[in-house]
Amino acid sequence: MSLGKTALRLIAAAVIAVAAIAAFIAWQQPGLLPVDPRAVAPSPTTQVITTGEYLARAGDCVACHTAPGGREFAGGRAMPTPFGALYVPNITPDDETGIGQWTADDFYRMMHTGVSRDGTLLYPAMPFASYTKVTRADSDAIYAYLMSVPPVKQKNRPHELKFPFNNRDLLIGWRTLYFQQGEYVPDPSQSPQWNRGAYLVQGLGHCSMCHTAINALGGSSESKAFEGGMIPNQNWYAPSLTSNREAGLGNWEIKDITDLLQIGVSHRGTVYGPMAEVVYNSLQYLTDEDVTAMAVYLKALPQRDSEPPPTSQARLVQPEVMELGRKVYARQCAMCHGNEGKGFPPAYPPLAGNQSITMATPVNPIRMVLNGGYPPGTRKNPRPHGMPPFAHILDDNEVSAVVTYIRVAWDNSGTPVTPAEANALRKLLPE
Amino acid sequence: MLLRAFLFVSIAVVSCASIAQDEGLPAFKQLDSMEARVQGCVTCHGQSGQGTQDGYFPRIAGKPAAYLYNQLVAFRDLSRKYPPMNYLVAYLPDAYLREIADHFSKQRPAYAPREQGAVDAATLERGRILATTGDAAKGIPPCISCHGAALTGMNPGIPGLVGLRPTYVAAQLVRWRVGDRHAAEPDCMKRIASRLSDADVTAVASWLSRQDAPAEASPESSNLVRMPFACGSQQ
Repeated sequence: MSLGKTALRLIAAAVIAVAAIAAFIAWQQPGLLPVDPRAVAPSPTTQVITTGEYLARAGDCVACHTAPGGREFAGGRAMPTPFGALYVPNITPDDETGIGQWTADDFYRMMHTGVSRDGTLLYPAMPFASYTKVTRADSDAIYAYLMSVPPVKQKNRPHELKFPFNNRDLLIGWRTLYFQQGEYVPDPSQSPQWNRGAYLVQGLGHCSMCHTAINALGGSSESKAFEGGMIPNQNWYAPSLTSNREAGLGNWEIKDITDLLQIGVSHRGTVYGPMAEVVYNSLQYLTDEDVTAMAVYLKALPQRDSEPPPTSQARLVQPEVMELGRKVYARQCAMCHGNEGKGFPPAYPPLAGNQSITMATPVNPIRMVLNGGYPPGTRKNPRPHGMPPFAHILDDNEVSAVVTYIRVAWDNSGTPVTPAEANALRKLLPE
Repeated sequence: MLLRAFLFVSIAVVSCASIAQDEGLPAFKQLDSMEARVQGCVTCHGQSGQGTQDGYFPRIAGKPAAYLYNQLVAFRDLSRKYPPMNYLVAYLPDAYLREIADHFSKQRPAYAPREQGAVDAATLERGRILATTGDAAKGIPPCISCHGAALTGMNPGIPGLVGLRPTYVAAQLVRWRVGDRHAAEPDCMKRIASRLSDADVTAVASWLSRQDAPAEASPESSNLVRMPFACGSQQ
């Protein structure tokens, strides 16, 4: 009996001790910080500026309005065009040399109509034909953000355009032909996600600046929207987004599209050159939701191949060219892209079934063989794998043979390329 | 007999060339490694940064990490101009460029054979003097006073000069002289290059390329010596 009592007492003591230790531990555990009465929610101003910064990223303003090694948004960057060199203006809020004196109304008029504060017509290198789709609220947010960055005193450099393009009156004609003013109007038959994607792609993203062919007058026609084209002066081909033979995304998974846009690499392909710049400066900063919306819209673009697939006649390759290409491939390329062209995606892109290899113009694959390339280092892929240049190792015959090989091997549907095509691109400096 | 000897020599030359070129072929063991990530560099700088057959592309292995990083940033931001490099690193962030620089600074591959081509003795002697004692009358300090007693460079910002081909060294000196290449201010190399004549450039580039590989290829620590000129890259 007394033994039982002692045991009970011991158990009770043990329970109390455990409870005391538990209470002590709980007391030692850090809990929530007490609410700081001085902390405040971000002010409306902060919110607008933060939104504006995000939208300025979506519009990739920094890419053109910052000179290499120069201060952000201070302009001065030379933009070579077929019509001569344009020098991009200072858009920091400096009162004398920037846009410090501009009002939100001035800024919206410029974005929406392509007319500067003093009434001059802007050259269409400023993508106002796309930015016209931007809402007033978004334009105001971008304006608020630009007003908040450090002002830089740096005079704008006059453009160096050839006659007759140095006469801005010509722009009246250009605008009549190619400019359609108007904010984006949502399509009620489509989902909010599709509409958000369309708004970003057609508006701030200004994708059509490169992915729609530019004609001799520097204009692009709406009926050919997103059908692809050579990027003037950069000698890269911006593939069609509406052709499954090029970069048409109809048969891509949404994840591969968002990876390509936001990360720069995907299981279907990798961005290099001008698109690497867009991902580096702009798309990597967009939210998953916005990039997915863009992907949904791009994937849903109507597919309309403007050219029929190449005939089997056009795809014929001389056996000795094929053999040379196979040899070069085995020695220089197979290590990373694999004997079957499957690559090691997303580190090294696949070549088999890769539309950017087989599309009608071979400019991009030739340039890759000549100059190599690194995808952009992005927040989700900060340490990309790179491809070395081969221009100094392979002659024109070898370059054209290996590009021919990857365009027709593994059921790829491309056509052969000539040494002359390789030679023409070899003479250009890589950009 | 003569024919046989000729054949032997040509075969030897051909196989040498192909071995040397293999050093510039893409190859890696593990996909998720720096070795695989820097394949973009290998056709010009070799698998371990030892350089390749091509005389213009420099050895980068074992150069100080901060020097290599400065060059990568300068190529990206266009303050050092060489279009193939400017293009390759255009969209790479600082942290990654630092990692690439660290990677190559740690490599210690064998040095390529010394340059052989004919250069007259007087030129080599002038090169030796410039490199080891300098030319006080022209205000030119010797290379070794900053690039290390064994010419393996000095941390953090001064590159080694051993194992560089004369084409590369001469081109850099000339570009410095004309203001095409520059370093952080005060730009000590600018002061030196502008004092060198064309003949001096040829002499020093030829002599440097004929030096034996050092036993220890690492750069010297900084500030072991007082440098004759102030250099921005060391500050």
